[in-house]
Amino acid sequence: MHLFCVGISHHTAKVETRERFAGHAEIDRTLRAEAGCSEALLLTTCNRVEVYAAAAEAVPTERIAHCLLTAGDSLGEEVEAFYRHEAQQCVQHLFRVASGLDSMVIGETEILGQAKKAYAAARESGAAGPYLHRLFQRAFRVAKQVRTRTEITRGAVSVGSVAVDLAEQIFGNFETRKVLLLGAGEASERTARALFKRGVRDLRVSNRSLERAEALATLVGGRPVAMENWESQCREVDILISSTASPTPLLTREKLSPLLHDRLDRPLFIIDIAVPRDVAPDVNEMEGVYLYDIDSLQSIAQQSLAQRRQQISAGEEIIAGHVDEFSGWFTSPRARVMQSALELRPSES
Amino acid sequence: MDRELLIVSTFCFFLAIVRTAVAIRGGAYRPAGFNFFAIALGFVFQTAFLSVRGHALGRCPLTNLFEVFIFLAWSVSLIYLLIGPAYRLSLMGAFTAPLVFGLQIFALLAPIDLRHSLKHSPTPWLELHASVSLIAYGAFALACVAGLMYLVQERQLKQRELNSMFYHFPPLTDLFAAITRLLWLGFGLLTLGIAAGFFTGQPLPYGKVAWSLGVWIFYAAILLARHLGTTAPRRIAALCVVAFSAALTLLWGITFLSQTPSM
Repeated sequence: MHLFCVGISHHTAKVETRERFAGHAEIDRTLRAEAGCSEALLLTTCNRVEVYAAAAEAVPTERIAHCLLTAGDSLGEEVEAFYRHEAQQCVQHLFRVASGLDSMVIGETEILGQAKKAYAAARESGAAGPYLHRLFQRAFRVAKQVRTRTEITRGAVSVGSVAVDLAEQIFGNFETRKVLLLGAGEASERTARALFKRGVRDLRVSNRSLERAEALATLVGGRPVAMENWESQCREVDILISSTASPTPLLTREKLSPLLHDRLDRPLFIIDIAVPRDVAPDVNEMEGVYLYDIDSLQSIAQQSLAQRRQQISAGEEIIAGHVDEFSGWFTSPRARVMQSALELRPSES
Repeated sequence: MDRELLIVSTFCFFLAIVRTAVAIRGGAYRPAGFNFFAIALGFVFQTAFLSVRGHALGRCPLTNLFEVFIFLAWSVSLIYLLIGPAYRLSLMGAFTAPLVFGLQIFALLAPIDLRHSLKHSPTPWLELHASVSLIAYGAFALACVAGLMYLVQERQLKQRELNSMFYHFPPLTDLFAAITRLLWLGFGLLTLGIAAGFFTGQPLPYGKVAWSLGVWIFYAAILLARHLGTTAPRRIAALCVVAFSAALTLLWGITFLSQTPSM
């Protein structure tokens, strides 16, 4: 039995190419009837299109690629973007993909859900048989182990999620926390939405245009605050997200100092995503104030990515053990008996 | 026999330290059950040591500086095992193990396990005074550990340099709440311990009384500053570290410099 994977990904092809080969409604049937695969599964995400298949005879890459095209399309030179992994390499590749080691953002976990969905669809249509069942079940186990035994998923890798993670690390529970959005830009809206999802219920929005403040407040479940009152809000709020278009800093040490006098025992987390910055950098030196601007948030996101990359070798070690085990089973007499039984089955039309 | 039990206990704490150091060095610290179990096992051997020593002495084993240090290390482990999981302060084990290891290794290596001819026969009040006071020191030790964790995390937040340990710290505000509870626990126990000391029916050692009251006043002042809200949490955390270091020095001073047994 030939176990193989044919596909394209962000490593080898542009998005236009990936779109062209994204498959179609009849792909399961086509792969088995036209390409001659005994079992076939299509995994499509925004970054990859991959076919995992088991077949009694070797199936050329061009034939698989052709099956992925919609009727009438010609293959062209783009077929060169396809890679192919056979047997042990195929197993290793799937385990890497499911664990997020092959993803654009190393360690992202969305791919595992997408792989599970693809597997469920293939099981339902009858396209995934005992080989792919065993392969994918093992891949899900491996992905879980890589996630729990390494730090591959640790740390946020986007500016918004870094800000929310930091806020959580300072305050823990968000339910009783008060947040002030200064400026109603898109970036602060995204961060506010993320905070709302994590449980923040007291959101205040202050903007030069009160209408815009009201509109954003409605969107994020908050309430508008007049622009002339925003400074006094600093006495109460726990998190301040600032993203105005002011050319000079709105918040300085001198302005903030008297406002924080009565709240020394409560930290203030300031997220300044404005360029030029809304908050003077020396505010970070104040007791109990943690100021993060766009550069520092981006730098942490980069650090997290670098830390994730360092974890790749630990993930590869876990994967290597499972690849050996799976390959041992694949070449065992039990698997050969299964193969003979499959070959005796009438082929589908 | 009893010292062997203590050596095994010390080795358990050493294992917890090594495990943490290896994990941090590998850039992949994650609090695992290993630390908790190593400390729990170390605690079992500490308890066995104190039990064997207590049976041999026929009293609470607090007759010399060596036993005082081991009892203190036992108190620290006890309070960690009680509050660590309750407040999800799993990372605290990584900070607690070196403190307990340090106390025990000092006690084992220093020539302080000396037999004294005891002046007074033990009374329940005297044993209550000594043991409760030392458990209070255990709570203060944990407040010191939590304070250190606060300072480390706060520094990382200020400097914007987050290592692999950062995301395993409890949230800053939760850590501060834990410090407050530990301070209150220690303060309550110390008050009880000092009060029990006045009922021993023996002449009061004025030097010890003055030192004990000094520690009591120091912690009372920290709690007052905490609840008045006039002192930043970072300073309270730093004060916990300073106060415990001072209290430990005073404990040594009380027991060692006076050249008298602790009871």
